[in-house]
Amino acid sequence: MRAPNWLKIERRPTVSGRTVFIISVSAILAALLVAAIFFAVFGVSPIHAYGLILKGALGSRLGLAETVRRAIPLLLIGVGLTIAFRALFWNIGAEGQLLMGAIAAAGVALFSGLPDPLLLPAMFIAGFASGATWGLIPAVLKVKLGINDVITTLMMNYIAIYLMEWLIHGPWKGPTARGFAYTDQFPRAAWIPTLYGTRVHWPTLVLGLLLALVMYILVTRTKSGFEIRVVGENPDAARFAGISQFKTTLLVMLIAGGFAGLAGVGEVAGIHHKLLGPLNISMGYGYTAIIVAWLARRNPLAVIITSFLFAIIISGGDVIKVSLGLPFQLINVFNGLILFFLIGSEVFIRYKVSFSFRRQ
Amino acid sequence: MGWETWIITTLSRTLAYGTPLLLGTLGEIYTERSGVLNLGVEGMMIMGAYSAFTTAYITGNPWLGILVGGIIGGAFSLIHAFASVTLKANQVVSGLSLTMLGLGLSGVLGRGWEGKPLSNPISAITVPGLSKIPFLGPILFEGQNLLVYLTILLVPLLWYILYRTRIGITIRSVGDSPATADSLGINVDRVRYLCTAIGGVLAGVAGGYLSVAYRPAWTEGMTAGMGWIVIALTIFAFWNPAHGMLGAYFFGALYILSFRLQPWISPEFLKAMPYAFAILVLIIVSRGTLQSRMGAPAALSVPYTRGEE
Repeated sequence: MRAPNWLKIERRPTVSGRTVFIISVSAILAALLVAAIFFAVFGVSPIHAYGLILKGALGSRLGLAETVRRAIPLLLIGVGLTIAFRALFWNIGAEGQLLMGAIAAAGVALFSGLPDPLLLPAMFIAGFASGATWGLIPAVLKVKLGINDVITTLMMNYIAIYLMEWLIHGPWKGPTARGFAYTDQFPRAAWIPTLYGTRVHWPTLVLGLLLALVMYILVTRTKSGFEIRVVGENPDAARFAGISQFKTTLLVMLIAGGFAGLAGVGEVAGIHHKLLGPLNISMGYGYTAIIVAWLARRNPLAVIITSFLFAIIISGGDVIKVSLGLPFQLINVFNGLILFFLIGSEVFIRYKVSFSFRRQ
Repeated sequence: MGWETWIITTLSRTLAYGTPLLLGTLGEIYTERSGVLNLGVEGMMIMGAYSAFTTAYITGNPWLGILVGGIIGGAFSLIHAFASVTLKANQVVSGLSLTMLGLGLSGVLGRGWEGKPLSNPISAITVPGLSKIPFLGPILFEGQNLLVYLTILLVPLLWYILYRTRIGITIRSVGDSPATADSLGINVDRVRYLCTAIGGVLAGVAGGYLSVAYRPAWTEGMTAGMGWIVIALTIFAFWNPAHGMLGAYFFGALYILSFRLQPWISPEFLKAMPYAFAILVLIIVSRGTLQSRMGAPAALSVPYTRGEE
């Protein structure tokens, strides 16, 4: 298909940060505009609906707290993903890496017998290591054997899901769970403290904010950050400059997998205090975080904002369900639409698109 | 239940469950052969399942449901084609958003359709005479529906087109070396659009099979990850329709066995197998030039722009 006459697409040499910002915001607004049709179809005024969502997600202390606690896993995973995406490693496996982190944390909490003060630190370390291991396997397979990272990371999500299902139905099923498929509750010392009366497990939040900053410094100020970018943008130049693709890929997946693992620790030790079904623990944080990282244009600091934005959408799902009586699934429509408009909008970033309606 | 009956019912159910896997895989093989990776199979399938069920329910004609399921699946896939071919956007992200959109849309629109019984599903048939063949008769010719057979017939047809016709050569060359294909006067974009649409139609039909034939009802998220097994299967089949058939029934058997062997083997282990196998296969074929010989499209998920390599 040739481009029609009225449409002209030229490659842009450079793009300013401001242009990127304007295009990104327009993409989100366009997606929300299309999503408004759904509200209208269900007989709900879109303005009323969006108002309710904002009020529900931000308008009260408790609503805001729920939004923040949802931003925590998105922040941790999103920051890690910006690093992986910079090296053009397509980690679609954050969901599985999160679950592996949760499994490791639960294992430590329930069976390690460590003294109380060591319990939480050990859980975070184990969760990081477990998530990172799950992420490093596809990394090694890609660099050493040339195996497609998208496919392996995706497949490993499902292996993690079934591993977790097996654990909670089988060997780890709690004697006190009264026949339900989950483990016993963690001992109190394995609970991450929360802000009073909320589910905001603040130490994980602080960790996430800190890691966003550290990663920003890593990518902008260090040699490793530079190498990650070169490997991603120009593998041939990287080889010529003697940058090890192996080491760089391992590093980015250590970070991306490890951070997702930390998010898993936060969910089980901060929210649920036991290991339960994979869908109850994550409901797709690993996938949503892909949009979060994408929207942040691979900038770790920007993830602080974008993760919060998508947390609002997830909280909005509760509002949609409770106040408007519409299906929670609507948030998947939102996410899908936003993602489409975002990747669609990239054509405006990479190219200059102009329209002319004069006949030629 | 005697062991012979046990084997017969297991294989018969394998055939029934493997059919939607095979349909989806055949479609994805064509899509990927043209160089487009569509991770939206799950989304297209569920949209097919939803639209097929509602059409069959309203019109009373289940075959019309299958037709509409295919059309909707195909239409849905064009979103991915537009993003990845015309806009040259990232195919991984585009496919993922298609899945999110499909699961979300069908969940939203399907509210109120849950639990409604379909009075006229595509029913099982018994082939007179052939069903009397010992052992094979009850597996192949009893209790299966027409779609199971049509799907099997599709395998040699799609295999023949891909390997023995000019159309097939065109598709494969677009997937392996779009620049060369372009220089030979092939319209790369059009081929990719078409192949993506074929994948969408077959995924939609697969969804329709689930909602109007296999378990005639609509439930939110009823494809339950089948679309991802299709992605695994496409690799497992080395992008070859004939291998796809073996793989689909093999993975189908694993799924059926995960229930039937429950007392002895944990079902989670068997359910995780397809995904582990896909990775294992990739490791095995990754040695040297084997991968390209095994059929992996060289330009898979790489957008094509004339003059840019």
